Amino acid sequence: MNIRKSIALYTRYASVCVKSVMQYKLSFLLMLIGRVILSFNEFIAIKFLFSGFVEIRGYSYGDVLLCFSIIQISFTLAELFGNGFKVFSSMVKRGEFDRILLRPCSPILQIIGTRFEIGRTGPMITAAVTLVIGMRTGNVAWDAGAVFTLVLMIAGGTLLFIGLFLLGASFCFFSIEDTSIINVLTYGAKSHGKYPIDIYGKGIMRFCTYIIPYTLIQYYPLQYLLGRTTQWRFALYPMGIVVFLALCYVVWRIGVRNYKSCGA
Amino acid sequence: MRKYYLFFRLRFAAGVQYRMAAITALTTQLVWGLMECLAYKAIAEASGNSLPMNYSAIVSYIWLKEALLALFNTWAADNDIFGMILNGDISYEMCRPLSVYSMWFSRTVGGRVSEALLRCIPVLLCAFLMPYPYKPGLPVSMEAFALFLLTAVFALGVTVAFCMLVYILCFFTLSPQGWRMVLTGAIDFLSGNIIPLPFFPQGYRKIAELLPFAYMQNVPFRIYCGDLAGADIPPAILKQIFWFLVLTLAGMLAWKQAEKRIIVQGG
Repeated sequence: MNIRKSIALYTRYASVCVKSVMQYKLSFLLMLIGRVILSFNEFIAIKFLFSGFVEIRGYSYGDVLLCFSIIQISFTLAELFGNGFKVFSSMVKRGEFDRILLRPCSPILQIIGTRFEIGRTGPMITAAVTLVIGMRTGNVAWDAGAVFTLVLMIAGGTLLFIGLFLLGASFCFFSIEDTSIINVLTYGAKSHGKYPIDIYGKGIMRFCTYIIPYTLIQYYPLQYLLGRTTQWRFALYPMGIVVFLALCYVVWRIGVRNYKSCGA
Repeated sequence: MRKYYLFFRLRFAAGVQYRMAAITALTTQLVWGLMECLAYKAIAEASGNSLPMNYSAIVSYIWLKEALLALFNTWAADNDIFGMILNGDISYEMCRPLSVYSMWFSRTVGGRVSEALLRCIPVLLCAFLMPYPYKPGLPVSMEAFALFLLTAVFALGVTVAFCMLVYILCFFTLSPQGWRMVLTGAIDFLSGNIIPLPFFPQGYRKIAELLPFAYMQNVPFRIYCGDLAGADIPPAILKQIFWFLVLTLAGMLAWKQAEKRIIVQGG
């Protein structure tokens, strides 16, 4: 199937999902507001904490808000597009995946298309507010290079989270137990990635570089963005996430190949 | 009383079933606790150790929060109850010669206590094995520990009484999950779950302490780590009791109203 057809199909799936959600407007609105409040809590927490000091390991309030905003945007985008992977285990349990495999169309497209959830965009509002504050007060000289770095960080972050969701979905093929353990890596990064990773110390830095490459989308490009290093190659590090995503995809493929229906 | 005790037992036994979920939760809570401890460490250094709570108190607070998450969080609700309201099984509940409010109250407490007991022991064990600055302290004194236990009971009472209001809200709206999300989102912050209340700037803290949410987990945790001590404790306990009574009464009245409106459609 060619790319254009796939995109058209995905758009169609997504628009159906949006329409179905819009049947319950109040519910949708409340969920959206709820998610805005939840993410706003985190922002206010940073604000309150920063009333007691100016800098944390050399990062100012604006710098931390930038970090917070970038991780929120990445996670929200990943959740918006990759939500299907998050609920994949329930699809397997209900036998929906069997039907998906029978259709002459990419399984991944069907999985993510049918679970497009527009209500997940709430945190974007908080992210926009904090991004503006961060851009104004952080230590960034906003030139083309900085904007480019910012975009790369967001894109890399989105792909990283999608990769983790895909990895989580793949676990269903290898274990019938509860597989929500991957949430530690996704939600954990979303909650704790609001601070630059180096404030957590060496051990965490190592884990976030060699096990799950969070530093590629946060710490290293951030050093360039904040002018703490002149090495522009740091700005390109988020591109490395493509390799991570490819690895996750390989795991997924192995899983699909070994898939045995439980006959639902 | 025995009837309500049995509802507690029933929910307790059901809660003990899920082991893998417990392991997942343990990992999550350890990671969360440790990351928070590390972040506050950096924050403590940044502020030149002049934080509104001392560092070891913060560490104890964080670990207690993680260990007793199941007991005091405001977002987890007994989904069976939501289910009953949505699918009409509530009619069976109302047939029983018991108070629905008290029945739901006891089963919510039972669910929370079973989950908390199952989860707090491994979390605390692991937490106490952490290296020095990241390990929780013992209670500051025997009295503090006794008061911690006492206020924890009241805190649970306030929390569950509040959750009951959220259940009952279902009868008045068609989008209970949405309302629940909005409410719990706001309360999460005001109960000191995101950052402890002493970190709020003065004005905001005064407002937060006027609301019932400051009398949930905030009181027992801060007594345990010695942040709330001496003459400040009795008023805090009195306010816990006050809010427990107010919220319970409000819940019972709301239930009376809801009872009148119930229409079970077919089934």
